[in-house]
Amino acid sequence: MYVYRPHDKQLLNERVAQFRDQTRRFLDGQLSNDEFLPLRLQNGLYIQRYAPMLRVSVPYGMLSSTQLRMLGRIAREWDKGYAHVSTRQNIQYNWPDLEDVPDILAALAEVEMHAIQTSGNCIRNVTTDEFAGINAAEIEDPRPWCEIIRQWATFNPEFAYLPRKFKIAVNAVPDADPALIGVHDIGVQIVHRDGETGFQVLAGGGLGRTPMVGEVIGDFVPWPHLLSYLEAILRVYNKYGNRDNKYKARIKILVKALGAEKFRALTEAEFAELKDGPMTLTAEEVDVMRGHFSEPAYDPSLTNRPAALEQALASNKAFNRWFHTNVTAHRQPGYAAVTLTLKKTGRAPGDLTDEEFDAVADLADQFSFAEARTTHQQNIVLGDVRQDQLFPLWEKLDALGFATPNLKLLTDMIACPGGDFCSLANAKSIPIAEAIQRHFDDMDYLHDLGPIDVNISGCMNACGHHHIGHIGILGVDKKGREYYQITLGGRGDKVSKIGEKLGPSFDADQVVPVIARLVDLYVEQRKPGELFIDTYERLGIEPFKERAYATDH
Amino acid sequence: MPQIIKDGAIVEDRWQWLDAEALAAQQALPEGPVIVPLAYWQAHRDSLKARGDVAVCLEPGEEPVALADDLADLPMVAIHFPAFKDGRGYSYARELRTRYGFKGEIRALGDVLRDQLFYLQRVGFNAFVIRSDRDIHDALNGLKDFSVTYQGDVHDPRPIYRRH
Repeated sequence: MYVYRPHDKQLLNERVAQFRDQTRRFLDGQLSNDEFLPLRLQNGLYIQRYAPMLRVSVPYGMLSSTQLRMLGRIAREWDKGYAHVSTRQNIQYNWPDLEDVPDILAALAEVEMHAIQTSGNCIRNVTTDEFAGINAAEIEDPRPWCEIIRQWATFNPEFAYLPRKFKIAVNAVPDADPALIGVHDIGVQIVHRDGETGFQVLAGGGLGRTPMVGEVIGDFVPWPHLLSYLEAILRVYNKYGNRDNKYKARIKILVKALGAEKFRALTEAEFAELKDGPMTLTAEEVDVMRGHFSEPAYDPSLTNRPAALEQALASNKAFNRWFHTNVTAHRQPGYAAVTLTLKKTGRAPGDLTDEEFDAVADLADQFSFAEARTTHQQNIVLGDVRQDQLFPLWEKLDALGFATPNLKLLTDMIACPGGDFCSLANAKSIPIAEAIQRHFDDMDYLHDLGPIDVNISGCMNACGHHHIGHIGILGVDKKGREYYQITLGGRGDKVSKIGEKLGPSFDADQVVPVIARLVDLYVEQRKPGELFIDTYERLGIEPFKERAYATDH
Repeated sequence: MPQIIKDGAIVEDRWQWLDAEALAAQQALPEGPVIVPLAYWQAHRDSLKARGDVAVCLEPGEEPVALADDLADLPMVAIHFPAFKDGRGYSYARELRTRYGFKGEIRALGDVLRDQLFYLQRVGFNAFVIRSDRDIHDALNGLKDFSVTYQGDVHDPRPIYRRH
């Protein structure tokens, strides 16, 4: 992973000092609420329902075991003993005291972490596929490009006061969208043409109030011009994005209003000026960045499906089941990626306690070259596990409660913190997730159902990605009561696709029965081997609508 | 005499900024250095150019291209921030410096506060009229928040990896 150089450390230390002084001036009354607001937001600090919420940046989801231990220590010393993996691969603390935040940032800086630009109307954390660098399907490792973008975006002086937040994701897998680039403000697809790396650049995707999939703006941007092209798009957005209405301020509204062609023309005009200028990337710098993401010391003598693995698979049914859901193929023979689903029933999806951070750190040290990854599905990945070590790892995970074999199954839900924590929420999400988990507690049945993405957001802002769930659940408020609107057919897998609304919203206690009816219809109608989403796409929404609102079921 | 921050120091300043309303209330443009709105400049361009002590203030939505042919005759372009959160002026200043090669003063007016100064100077502002209820000496510290920057800026367009 990216290893800090002295200037990176210096920058973080200066940031901590700056924020310490800003916090002091705010507490002294020298900075008004309105003036402090964007400053604290650009340091990831929200004032939430009960306490501030601090969002720590995890660039493209990579964490070292040292960082994991620090995250655990912060949860222990400054929070209530737990933290939360967000849908943008970041870590959130729900209970820090404002006065403590400068000290927390200083602690994070010790392990090369920060909260820079994790909120506010600026360029946010860059995200990618959680299997970046190990996914056999990717055409190259996207992380060096993510880091190049991260550094360009960090404290970029021109783009700190954009009309609205701005999210960039990078994908290196052809014919699939594991990084959800289709629903980002800018999506960067790495492509190879005539042996050279370039980028197809999308703009104007996003979830939230007006969900849409981005348009291709740059069809092939050669690699040296990546930053110049991004800067051109940002400059167009900064100048012309709507600043009067926050609900119309995202770049997607601008791209839609101008049309892709006009937006492209404006971008190209800015780009023409920047192209071949000092922002042009050099092969030397790209090599330096690639060097930060070099392979760990894999044992080249290992092969796939070693005897130890085969024996364990044959003799242990629970391990076998977990292997088939939670273990992902690796491009290096003899290795595999393991996903720890953070979806224990009765616990908010994505939550980890301080002790669990330590435990995951120990496992990363022992089994995965001291690294782990956070995922946008709010899970944790150990990316480089020897296949002959999968069984001993599973035994430890099982003891810790992290071996639930439900990755991508119905109970591996994405859920935002919702009305229990978030002051923006219209409704609670966590109790809905829990009710679904309690109802669908039969692991045989879940495995029979196969992959179904259920995504839950407590409000229109869509932190729980409800639009791209095969089944999406959105909390809405009607005259002070919480209702839930259901969408079907969204996708965040092979493609990014916005789901369709089923119809009028449901009472909280109706959500589980409705989902059970939708799932029943799928089971009745599916062809052999057909997934829920495929059956839905074959049948269309009508039969699902009919079943969901039927009263005789 | 009022004080502003200019080129990294606190200095006395004689420029008078008149917005459209203030101008409408006056019979003629006052003597001495004066900053006028874009529309006024465009209506009286020739006579104002001859004076040599008239500058133009751009509001959000008024882009530098409107002054492209006038920059050689302008000692200063001011950019107004009605609210510091409106970041359009950052792109305007950058354009003035890098696209149009403007060498004169670029002055930030309006809701101009300490915690934005570091970014403002990097995109090309060299003069700051700090909001009157704030301590200008305190604000001066904002220019020195960081010693490290990743990207290039108008002072040094090279990103950090090209500076060695």
